[in-house]
Amino acid sequence: MKIHEYQAKALFARHGLAVPRGEVAFTAAEAREVAERLGGRVVVKAQIHAGGRGKGGGVKVVAGPAEAARVAEALIGSNLVTPQTGPEGRRVSRVLVEEGLDIERELYLGLLIDRAQERPVVMASSAGGMEIEQVAADTPELILRETIDPGLGLAGFQARRLAFGLDLPARLVPPAVRVMQAAYTVFRETDASLVEVNPLVVTAGGDVIALDGKVSLDDNALFRHPELRELRDLAEEDELEIAASKHALNYIRLDGTIGCMVNGAGLAMATMDIIKLSGGEPANFLDVGGGANADQIRNAFRILMSDANVKAVLINIFGGILRCDVLAAGVIAAVQELDVGVPVVIRMEGTNVEAGKRALRESGLNFTTADAMDEAAELVVAAAGRGV
Amino acid sequence: MSVLIDQNTRLLVQGLTGREGTFHAKQAAAFGTTVVGGVTPGKGGLVHEGWPVFDTVAQAVGETGADASVIFVPPSVAADAILEAADAGLSLVVCITEGIPTIDMLGVVRYLEGRPTRLIGPNCPGIISAGKAKAGIIPGHICQEGRVGIVSKSGTLTYEAIHQLTRLGLGQTTCIGIGGDPLIGTTFVDALRLFADDEATEAVVLIGEIGGAAEEEAAAFIGKAFPKPVVGFIAGQTAPPGRRMGHAGAIVSGGQGTAAEKMAALEAAGVTVVKSPAGIGAAVRSRLRAA
Repeated sequence: MKIHEYQAKALFARHGLAVPRGEVAFTAAEAREVAERLGGRVVVKAQIHAGGRGKGGGVKVVAGPAEAARVAEALIGSNLVTPQTGPEGRRVSRVLVEEGLDIERELYLGLLIDRAQERPVVMASSAGGMEIEQVAADTPELILRETIDPGLGLAGFQARRLAFGLDLPARLVPPAVRVMQAAYTVFRETDASLVEVNPLVVTAGGDVIALDGKVSLDDNALFRHPELRELRDLAEEDELEIAASKHALNYIRLDGTIGCMVNGAGLAMATMDIIKLSGGEPANFLDVGGGANADQIRNAFRILMSDANVKAVLINIFGGILRCDVLAAGVIAAVQELDVGVPVVIRMEGTNVEAGKRALRESGLNFTTADAMDEAAELVVAAAGRGV
Repeated sequence: MSVLIDQNTRLLVQGLTGREGTFHAKQAAAFGTTVVGGVTPGKGGLVHEGWPVFDTVAQAVGETGADASVIFVPPSVAADAILEAADAGLSLVVCITEGIPTIDMLGVVRYLEGRPTRLIGPNCPGIISAGKAKAGIIPGHICQEGRVGIVSKSGTLTYEAIHQLTRLGLGQTTCIGIGGDPLIGTTFVDALRLFADDEATEAVVLIGEIGGAAEEEAAAFIGKAFPKPVVGFIAGQTAPPGRRMGHAGAIVSGGQGTAAEKMAALEAAGVTVVKSPAGIGAAVRSRLRAA
């Protein structure tokens, strides 16, 4: 789960990682009040779940309250387009208003799980403020890494090694070590999959401060963090994806015209792939899960059909635990109930497949059935083409 | 022959008294697996569906001589169940549970280092040796004893591959679902090592997906030393970057972990990589004919 910068910074502050003074504002009037409280030069930052906000004009340094209100007025309610949002951009509903700092150096700090090493790693770089993937590609020698023993946490000597490696003067090493260890505490305590501070800045006054912050949380661990679950911003998510998540369906909306319903994530991805190979474009990824029942099938159909781009539907189910006759009954009920107006191609295989096919044939509904995945993909691509 | 599990395996079911545990214990027994009992803390002493239930894995091992376990417990307690099974000295632990927090798995993988326990999963369909035994949820009736080993990150896509091999009369030795989580026990390379030494396995199907670098590691291993033909498929060729495709580990992030990179690495290592999942069985057949 992604959260906003201001939420990430609140988590930082709670665990002893210094952040600029600031507050979130939902209106221009609130932005003005925050700027008045802070005094002096402030920064107004659009809060959306995408990076590259500076490049997109979503971060402005302003002289005081009046200008802060003007900038907030323009940002809130607007669509911000950044290199990471895609051309449609994201709607801004809130801004973070922060004190302006005199910055001497910009550094990078990131924590994540290294899957190959099966350990958390902390990465630090003197190339702060840039995209770390770009730094890794162009100047990998500028990225320092320490592998963390999960039983010990980030040891003091490791954090010192990073701090000295960043060429920090001796007096800044202790605060930098504290910042790194606090960042690891945030990572552990929140069950994060990513904690990124970019940039981590050294101010003219010699403070080490998280000027920006990004935290992604492990969805699988949210059950033990009810307070973090509250940070979810539904406005940042696709409506159909939210509806699907309520029914424990794994749905991701895409741009194509062929709706897919599949059991199992791997088979669902493979079904998208074979649609593309056959000359079509998938409208979505949808995994109904291994234990799907007739209700789940109906919910899944409802979500698929809510996407107006869908011109044909491919159902691809390998019945292991899920029996094909149960699946067929669910599909028939859903198509009757929802008045599905587009062609439906069904490919099923596995347990009780003959009974399932018979039920589909005898339903009197206009299904096309296929035996193999490639045949099913070709049929549905042809059907979607005819429907246009 | 087969790897990891066969007619001599004595299988324990952690979470036997739950709905999933009960269902799949019966399925495993019907397939011919020697299921010796179950573990559900607080229900020790019960007899469930004819099997003895124990409070702890250590007790169960002492009483039944179990050497393997399959785990069907909720995600909040699954990491602990794996630790308990490893502590009891089981040589094979198969964790089906989906949704274990990654930080819990960090502790598990560290605990398993240097111990004799092999973990399969989590978030996987388990393992099946055709005609012999199974631990997990792979349907037994689609398998046929034969010549091909399968190692896969996916569940139903594995069934698809099994089905194709059965239809072509090639059959399977052992099918191992390693799971789609970021941190797992047995890897592609571990499974390939086992298949390399198994005489009955003449070819291997490797089914990967976007995210991580396990497929690239497998490619490096195959290119160096693997003596048998391998057919590969990578799911997620059309997946959008930055989105998790169902499995916790299936994500292309920062341009890393794409299907194209994985397919290229495998191809360079001599693997026959099929673009269409429908072509897995046929590709195995032609590699076996050429061999």
